[in-house]
Amino acid sequence: MPQQPDHALIHKPASLRPDPNLADYVQTAARFNWDDAAKLLDGLPGGAGLNIAYEAVDRHLAHGRGDRIALRWLGKSGARRELSYADLAQASNRFANALHDLGVQPGEGVFLLLGRLPELYVALLGALKARCVVTPLFSAFGPEPIATRAEMGDARVLVTTPELYQRKVQGLRQRLSGLRQVIVVGEAPAGDASLHGWDALLAAASPDYTIAPTDPESVSLLHFTSGTTGKPKGAMHVHAAVLAHAVTGRYALDLHDDDVYWCTADPGWVTGTSYGVIAPLVCGVSNVVVEAEFDAQSWYRVLAEERVTVWYTAPTAIRMMMKLGAEALQGFELSALRFMASVGEPLNPEAVLWGQQAFGLPFHDNWWQTETGGIMIANYAAMDIKPGSMGKPLPGITAAIVQRDSSGLRLIDTPDTDGELALKTPWPSMMRGYLHEDERYRKCFVDGWYLTGDLARRDADGYYWFVGRADDVIKSSGHLIGPFEVESALLEHPAVAEAGVIGIPDPMAGEVVKAFVALKPGFAPDEALRSELLGHARKRLGAAVAPKQIEFRNNLPKTRSGKIMRRLLKARELGLPEGDLSTLESDEK
Amino acid sequence: MDKDEVMALVGKVLAGIAPEADLAGVGDDEDLRAALDLDSMDFLNLIIGLSQGSGVAIAEKDYPRLFTLQGIRDYLSA
Repeated sequence: MPQQPDHALIHKPASLRPDPNLADYVQTAARFNWDDAAKLLDGLPGGAGLNIAYEAVDRHLAHGRGDRIALRWLGKSGARRELSYADLAQASNRFANALHDLGVQPGEGVFLLLGRLPELYVALLGALKARCVVTPLFSAFGPEPIATRAEMGDARVLVTTPELYQRKVQGLRQRLSGLRQVIVVGEAPAGDASLHGWDALLAAASPDYTIAPTDPESVSLLHFTSGTTGKPKGAMHVHAAVLAHAVTGRYALDLHDDDVYWCTADPGWVTGTSYGVIAPLVCGVSNVVVEAEFDAQSWYRVLAEERVTVWYTAPTAIRMMMKLGAEALQGFELSALRFMASVGEPLNPEAVLWGQQAFGLPFHDNWWQTETGGIMIANYAAMDIKPGSMGKPLPGITAAIVQRDSSGLRLIDTPDTDGELALKTPWPSMMRGYLHEDERYRKCFVDGWYLTGDLARRDADGYYWFVGRADDVIKSSGHLIGPFEVESALLEHPAVAEAGVIGIPDPMAGEVVKAFVALKPGFAPDEALRSELLGHARKRLGAAVAPKQIEFRNNLPKTRSGKIMRRLLKARELGLPEGDLSTLESDEK
Repeated sequence: MDKDEVMALVGKVLAGIAPEADLAGVGDDEDLRAALDLDSMDFLNLIIGLSQGSGVAIAEKDYPRLFTLQGIRDYLSA
């Protein structure tokens, strides 16, 4: 849906405390270069390369900041735990040593499947120290997405909880033959010799560890994201990406040394890793981690009681808070809060303005994707905001609106013209490949530009506006969902002949997943079967990926080659023009 | 509504949202969202279904009181 800049500009504040890191966007963008920016980092001692975990943790000890709180963890049932940078250095050293003791080699895959527990952060950093390739998975995934990703990413080690193991992983062990070590938080349940208990494993490991020389171009993180067709894509990132995390932490989130920062995203998604773990720690701030799921009142309590200064959250949560109304904020002392940002999907102008009304601060929307590794386009603390716009490219990033044609790319310079959003390569946190899929990776790049798959426009002032996706990928609560993955799970059910999955607009989640299903002969499209299919999909995929609605059809619209025309299903569902039907062979019934 | 009616209603509403959910395996004080793998949309739909089925208006500020079975029973049978 095109969004016009019809809302009043929010002028940058006359003065900001503390002074913003990016005080003059135009000047900084003109002068910026990544080599100079590298001064924000230390590098491994003795010129031994660059390792994310060293930049995030160990170097702060060398600078005399070891006593500062790195993680302030708030548990579901009121528990509270604080880890200083020195504590985190020791704990992650122990985990790195534990991996070594288990015979895990650099470059091997360490998968994390657990809620927002301190162990998640320790394991992620420890595995990076050991130069393993880390993949955090969303703990609400069902067994099928877990298995697909663990197989693709060749998971050697899995860190999880005893409950998640029992519910989701145990039944996959035969299939995941490459998975050699499973570590469960706390103590291993009695009677299962194949599991290591976290407590005993770490207690036996040394708290001293020297990170081995790390090539900045070696793979550090493997993040899965969804495409329109086929399996999820494994975007590979390298240790050098940490420079982008440092720069965006300073510029886009305006992090200062003494900030108390809270990113509400789960590390199972790329935002929760890049900005819930790496960027805040690299910037040396105190990082608040909340284990519990969204609940407006408890979120306000966290903001007030922890005296959060910088808050990074998402549109779905903001819209839920809006629904509850600004009155719900009464009684919470939020004077510490000075900067609020949002990511995941475009933030509607009303929500940006609601921030001002309810918190006295606007939400600063920004844009990036798994493939870009870090924030690329943002609204900055000291720049006017056009509500509904994603802002301007980060200093060091060149963005453009382009049109693909047979001869390559055409850059569109005319303001307010729709096209595909493209970014000039390279930049430090750019993905270095899709795992095992070179062809798919190469297709993302044309003439030295990375093509994002997002449609956007740029206005005459240089602000970017999101228009829509160029493909069929669904965005629900800020997470990308590949229709193919959902269709595949439905097709596994014996009653299903065809499945077509689309996203339909939803006021809270942006989009929700809806499935159209045609049945095999002999099956009746009744309520009992509908709920059986719903349950089947939820068990396999988990609530975050499974459809919320299922509708029966006798036949789904298909092309000559038998491809289901999701575009047409969507146009009809939304009452939009059906467009070009020349490839339609077999219509919907 | 008495407590049994409330439980029957919860079962009925959940069957439309998360048919795979096994209510019998959930403790009274467990967070339903975690125990039954409900996301925030599922939970909102549960609240809407409970409100419609019981005729009790549920204010948004009260949602946290309905995170557990015990909470739902207390709220709807009050």
